[in-house]
Amino acid sequence: MTTTHPKNPTTHPKNPTTNPSSVIRTRFAVRFLHAMKKLNKKTPPSRRYHTIRAAACASMASAVGPRRAWSRAILRKIRARTLHDHLIHKSRNHRLITRRKSAGLRGNPRDQEEVGFRQEDDLRGLVPGGEGMGFCRLLSETAHYIKCLRAQVQVMTNILDHYSSS
Amino acid sequence: MSSRRSSRSRQSGAARISDDQIADLVSKLQQLIPEIRNSRRRSDKVSASKVLQETCNYIRSLHREVDDLSDRLSELLDSTDSDSAQAAIIRSLLM
Repeated sequence: MTTTHPKNPTTHPKNPTTNPSSVIRTRFAVRFLHAMKKLNKKTPPSRRYHTIRAAACASMASAVGPRRAWSRAILRKIRARTLHDHLIHKSRNHRLITRRKSAGLRGNPRDQEEVGFRQEDDLRGLVPGGEGMGFCRLLSETAHYIKCLRAQVQVMTNILDHYSSS
Repeated sequence: MSSRRSSRSRQSGAARISDDQIADLVSKLQQLIPEIRNSRRRSDKVSASKVLQETCNYIRSLHREVDDLSDRLSELLDSTDSDSAQAAIIRSLLM
């Protein structure tokens, strides 16, 4: 991870701060570390794994913001889940979500065209929000999603190394 | 649903533009995936379905890596006491 001060990205003398991948790494790292700090105080050890993973996902989506369809999809899901937890309309939300999924995901099986549809469906299932978009959009979202996943892995690895060495 | 839409557009006049876009995006993905980038010659054209396949595998492996890292992080948090953990966090925020 580049050693940039997260609060003053523009005043840092080195150029890496303008590099888009280091910007996203910094934004993610700050959010993720905040989440981990909060987590340490009040989460029981049994829930820590789930909370950390959810925090990683949410921090990345928040770092990217609403400019990508996949991050918007994650943010929507988080908001919906928070509402759902507050209002306890479990059965209604669950039915809505399963209906939407079955409509978009399993299309008619077709002969292999230029691009196999099974792989496309698999990809739609893997990329958040992938079910509602056209193929071109799906590909560009996938490319950005992969870049951000890689940044996430890099930052988390660095944090882990930092923790275990100190 | 949307896949039906794209196959219909392939037959119309606008189809040629979207085919080029698709080829362009597929080649961009190809460059991102380390397996394809390292194991194939650059001039060799990889089939689009192979690229998609490898993309899915790569995303799954990245997800697994994130899961594994979260697991190790939670174990680490369990083994450290809160004071030193917070100190480490503050240090890394300021660095």
